[in-house]
Amino acid sequence: MSVGAPKIPVVVAEVVELNPLIKRFRFVRTDGKPMPTFSGGAHIVVEMDDNGTRRMNPYSLMSDPTDTSGFEISVRRDDAGRGGSLYMHNHVRPGMAMQVSHPVNLFGLDLRAKKHLLIAGGIGITPFIAQMTQLEHLGHRFELHYSVRSPELGAYADDLKSRYGDRVHIYYDNQKHMIPLAELLEGQPLGTHLYVCGPKGMIAWVLGSAEAAGWHPSTLHSEEFLAPPVGHAFEVELAASRKTITVGPAQSLLEAMEAAGVDAPYLCRGGACGQCETDVHRCDGSIEHNDHWLTPEQKASNTKIMPCVSRFHGATLVIDR
Amino acid sequence: MTNSVLEGTMRSRPVYGVLEPRPGKAHLIVADGEGAGAVVDLVARAGETAPAMLARTHIIYMPGPNGTDAFESLKALGAAQAFRTHDYSTAQPRLKKVLGDAHMGLQIYTTGTEGLMGQVLRDVMEAGLPAQAVQTEHRGSTVRRVQCVHCKGITENVRTDPFQCSHCGLHLFVRDHYSRRLAAYQGVNIDAEDPGEVPPAVERFK
Ligand code: FES
Repeated sequence: MSVGAPKIPVVVAEVVELNPLIKRFRFVRTDGKPMPTFSGGAHIVVEMDDNGTRRMNPYSLMSDPTDTSGFEISVRRDDAGRGGSLYMHNHVRPGMAMQVSHPVNLFGLDLRAKKHLLIAGGIGITPFIAQMTQLEHLGHRFELHYSVRSPELGAYADDLKSRYGDRVHIYYDNQKHMIPLAELLEGQPLGTHLYVCGPKGMIAWVLGSAEAAGWHPSTLHSEEFLAPPVGHAFEVELAASRKTITVGPAQSLLEAMEAAGVDAPYLCRGGACGQCETDVHRCDGSIEHNDHWLTPEQKASNTKIMPCVSRFHGATLVIDR
Repeated sequence: MTNSVLEGTMRSRPVYGVLEPRPGKAHLIVADGEGAGAVVDLVARAGETAPAMLARTHIIYMPGPNGTDAFESLKALGAAQAFRTHDYSTAQPRLKKVLGDAHMGLQIYTTGTEGLMGQVLRDVMEAGLPAQAVQTEHRGSTVRRVQCVHCKGITENVRTDPFQCSHCGLHLFVRDHYSRRLAAYQGVNIDAEDPGEVPPAVERFK
């Protein structure tokens, strides 16, 4: 969804506070058209005008993928983040007009699978809520294992339990419940695909254990949205647009380019999809590669950068944009 | 009709590798003909871990289309189970049962002719695993399994190009177009425009 792709004009229809950390938002269109349908695992990018700073954060859709009357997302407040989630929590009220992107799915189900094993940590539950609705419609076999800090923060645990019964397993960290990963990986019928969404450490643990147990990488799917990290301000020369811009401490390079009116491609804004990959013409200093896309060799050679999450420090950085 | 299609680059052709032992809770090997050699090499590559691997290995073997039968070399490996069948159609029910009962963590290897490997990949994909999850290694005969695009009948072990469809009798040339779903190449009538003008058959696949 690069710049210029049509946005969807919406109004906030509902804001529900599920617990002190999580709020759910429902958006409906203002132009009377139906919302596009999507597949479970898709996200939208929500645009915010935070006192003159434009923020664009990706959030997984959790509503029914076939419901064309609205989109729903859940946002976990991150007090140490750059402010997108705080803006959603503190400023977004029912009736407010906003813009969202069309849905993009980088975490889709492989529907050729015989069974889907879903593993969620914390707010990583949201894409699975839409996926389970889709799987239930299709009559496919699935099992959810959802680990969350405490019953108070287990926003959707009871609801999912009552909807899907013993296909849903909840683990509370504060009660020392652990996902019995080794056993789970042992007992799955051939043709099972595994999906994991949650904190970085959890994703690494699940994927690493599965590969060690002989699961082929093509049966493993994961999604982690990296929030663009904050850092020091730095300068970048944009060769094609003949501009030199400064990236602020709480701004990403992608956002700085957008603010300067430069057309730059993106899909996930979280270092995962590869869409924003940009050639580096000159790098006099070092790039902080924060993405999940470039290979270690590419990162070491400093010939490419992912502007949605990566930063720079040093004398000169010239990129092909 | 030109025959440029025969020389065309073949993007649809599967890429085969070399079998490597991978950690897993069980191992399933399906081989034909000279593929037996690749299985022996695979076990040799497992080194010290070979006994543990063989204790959880199931081998299904059939002679190659050229008659090569090296089952004795496989029996000598001492795998937990080793079966010899006449051809793929008799091996298939066993393969499907093994796949149906298996759990994730099973490593699947197939080696030998393209016709065999293609059918194994098709049946494994039907069991819900992606094709990339299966290791393949080509050994032995290059004869092809070809589907007639006109009558849809499949002719096994095609050696020459053109050849005569074993179902409808049309003269077909073998396109370098491979269908994973059918595990077969495409055969297209060669004398459709000038009936009877059939170029001499050339042995392209051995
Ligand atoms: S926008 Fe997806 S990696 Fe940068």
